[in-house]
Amino acid sequence: MMWVAVAVSAAGCYLLKLAGLSVPSRVLERPVVERIADLIPVALLSALVAVQVMARGHELVIDARALGIVVAVVLLLVRAPFLVVVFGAALAAALVRLL
Amino acid sequence: MSAAPSSDPAPADGLDPPTRSAIIRDSLGVGIATGAYGVGFGAVSVAAGLSVAQTCVLSLLVFTGASQFALVGVVAAGGAPLSGALTALLLGTRNTLYGLRMAPLLAWSGWRRVLGAHVLIDESTAMAVTRTSTPAARLAFTWTGGSIFVLWNVATAAGAVAGNALGDPRTYGLDAAVGAAFLALLWPRLHSRRNQLVGAAAAAVALGVVPLVPAGVPVLAAAGVALVAGVLVRDER
Repeated sequence: MMWVAVAVSAAGCYLLKLAGLSVPSRVLERPVVERIADLIPVALLSALVAVQVMARGHELVIDARALGIVVAVVLLLVRAPFLVVVFGAALAAALVRLL
Repeated sequence: MSAAPSSDPAPADGLDPPTRSAIIRDSLGVGIATGAYGVGFGAVSVAAGLSVAQTCVLSLLVFTGASQFALVGVVAAGGAPLSGALTALLLGTRNTLYGLRMAPLLAWSGWRRVLGAHVLIDESTAMAVTRTSTPAARLAFTWTGGSIFVLWNVATAAGAVAGNALGDPRTYGLDAAVGAAFLALLWPRLHSRRNQLVGAAAAAVALGVVPLVPAGVPVLAAAGVALVAGVLVRDER
């Protein structure tokens, strides 16, 4: 099933890119389409952050991951590079689990 | 850069050598910085339970970071792989918009378009969209996209192999790294009040339905917030 998901993502994401370069722009370039396309990443990434940090199965919990995301926010505020943010959050969560 | 495809003093694209070098240097800088994220993706992906092979194929063939992180993030949360794929596709729609913007500037057809489409991502678009001529845009797009592609894949393999050797990802906090990666991708998009509100509403909707629906679905439900907001904000402009 995982390989099917990999194949669907690969084919779909490529075709979405190719469509952009191939479709006449007037077909998709409308204010409402652009707004939605602009907001979809915002909505999905926000939801992914929330679920990734607080969901455990069907429950909402506050655990070491919450501390990790707080550290990530601080690192983003001081404009740390992507990898520092990602591994800083991991380190914080790992350390709090050791305690 | 001596590795430039054309190193003769008067290149056919009409760009003078200093301009060419500057574009290539900037593109490689972005390429190296971005490609390195691949380590994070590789480690997070195997932590989510994908094999090293699946992880590497994602970077080779999907090649759009946010979509790849989304797929493995949904799977890590216990969601169905196809829910993850659907989330990846929804995130991939923004590349279509980039393509619309880039098509007249790149003016590619045939096999060049087919190849170029694969590296149509956030960074290659950002580096090329501000150029004033087609040769400059093509140069920036190709060097940015090409260098990211190479490094992203090398880094993914390294991260996946290392992640696999580490054992239980929770010991190293890699489950927390996934949320941090999404937040870092989201961060630059939170510039406007509208986006902040949409983000907050989407997070609330997703968390609200976590107890009720299968894993993976909460994130898809949040896409509805983007649809509703996209339609409604029209009247406020």
